[in-house]
Amino acid sequence: MNLQLTEDGRLRHFLTIEGLDRPLLTRILDTAESFVGVGERAVKKVPLLRGKTIANLFFEPSTRTRSTFELAAKRLSADLLNLSVSASATRKGESLMDTLRNLEAMQCEMFVVRHEASGAAHYIASHVAPHVSVINAGDGRHAHPTQAMLDMFTIRRHKERFEHLKVAIVGDLMHSRVARSQIHALSILGVPEIRVVAPRTLIPPFIENMGVHVYTRLNRGLKDVDVVIMLRLQHERMDSGLLPSEHEYFRYYGLTEERLAVADDNVIVMHPGPMNRGVEIDSDVADGPHSVILQQVTYGIAIRMAVMSMCLGNPPAVEGGEG
Amino acid sequence: MKEIPQVEALLEAMCAELRDFLASQARQDPLVVGIRTGGVWVAEGVRSRLGVADPMGELNINFYRDDFTRIGLHPQVQPSMLPFDVDGRHVLLVDDVLHTGRTIRAAMNEIFDYGRPASITLAVLVERSGRELPIRADVAGTRLSLRPQDHIKLTGPEPLALEFKQAR
Repeated sequence: MNLQLTEDGRLRHFLTIEGLDRPLLTRILDTAESFVGVGERAVKKVPLLRGKTIANLFFEPSTRTRSTFELAAKRLSADLLNLSVSASATRKGESLMDTLRNLEAMQCEMFVVRHEASGAAHYIASHVAPHVSVINAGDGRHAHPTQAMLDMFTIRRHKERFEHLKVAIVGDLMHSRVARSQIHALSILGVPEIRVVAPRTLIPPFIENMGVHVYTRLNRGLKDVDVVIMLRLQHERMDSGLLPSEHEYFRYYGLTEERLAVADDNVIVMHPGPMNRGVEIDSDVADGPHSVILQQVTYGIAIRMAVMSMCLGNPPAVEGGEG
Repeated sequence: MKEIPQVEALLEAMCAELRDFLASQARQDPLVVGIRTGGVWVAEGVRSRLGVADPMGELNINFYRDDFTRIGLHPQVQPSMLPFDVDGRHVLLVDDVLHTGRTIRAAMNEIFDYGRPASITLAVLVERSGRELPIRADVAGTRLSLRPQDHIKLTGPEPLALEFKQAR
């Protein structure tokens, strides 16, 4: 049984894209579509989650993800609690459970969890009270499902359908939870050609098993693609000896207008942020006509509103049926 | 239950009454707003008959429903679209069937999130019994007294017809 779903197949937690089906992902996208308009009105708020309490539980720092979850909750009229918990790795198990019990005692109905350990959101979801939903806002190298869904939403808004697309994901796939979730989402939604482009040292072994094509040369990987998803290169990777230098990386894998020319004329360029200008992406591209990077941020709010309201909109198991 | 009324005839009756009502209240140049889905079909008929120049507004009241925690989100949520500024304007709110009044309550709440209209007029194709809130239609194509277990709904859009289901 999938921990994320109720018995009748509705979303209860949102932890990973893996194991979900196309109708459900499509429903998330459709629901988000209806929330986009809310952000464009005079009063950017609907009363859907009035009286619900949501806790943002961030064990790892994040600005954009946390603030868009915060805005999403507020636009749904939920009450929001922001908790930045600095996790000490050794005491994690113990203190985490205590934190959870305390938040449950404060009558929170939803936890939005960001944690540096893979599997943290699953762990929390399998230990919370039955009335609590958990949304994974990024766990270790494992998953970042709302980011992947906002990327899918951005792609659908520009390309309408997934069935004919060539999508390239470029950069540090080895350490990227975003890429993992994106690959799952793209393949569930029916994208026929998913490419990953990176130096060998940043490509996880056996990634071909996920149904992707591996490229180590950027100009080949970008040839005729409709969508380019750039990944952030984390500075720590230089220190660990996986890459020679930022300068060198930009020379071979940095996205420039010139390199983008081999892609489809209507290619869109995405980046989950925060960007390292001049490392993985050139400013000309980031601010250029193909870039949809800022739209991703706006759509991220709508996607998070959709997931929150779908998780919290489940009737208690005993009741059910038409109202 | 007697004969099921014809939608065309109801629309005509409704619009005749509407013209008089709007004139008597000095509510000029109303903005027509239909409630999805059936209300939008009726609103289209009203708008063309009244010769309204402004585009039509469409409301999806799903985010304003009072039974969200009981039944959750409706899977197909099409967004609301009010392609005009409602501030200071007379709004003509249109729905197919007025029953409990809860949909109208939700719709009025949503309209006020777009701005402050000068007035709201409520026009419905069918006003049936069963109100749970102090809401009534200013104008109705017909008024029916039904038992709580009876259902009447508008099917469409082509052709528009009223469907009546009588519970045994």
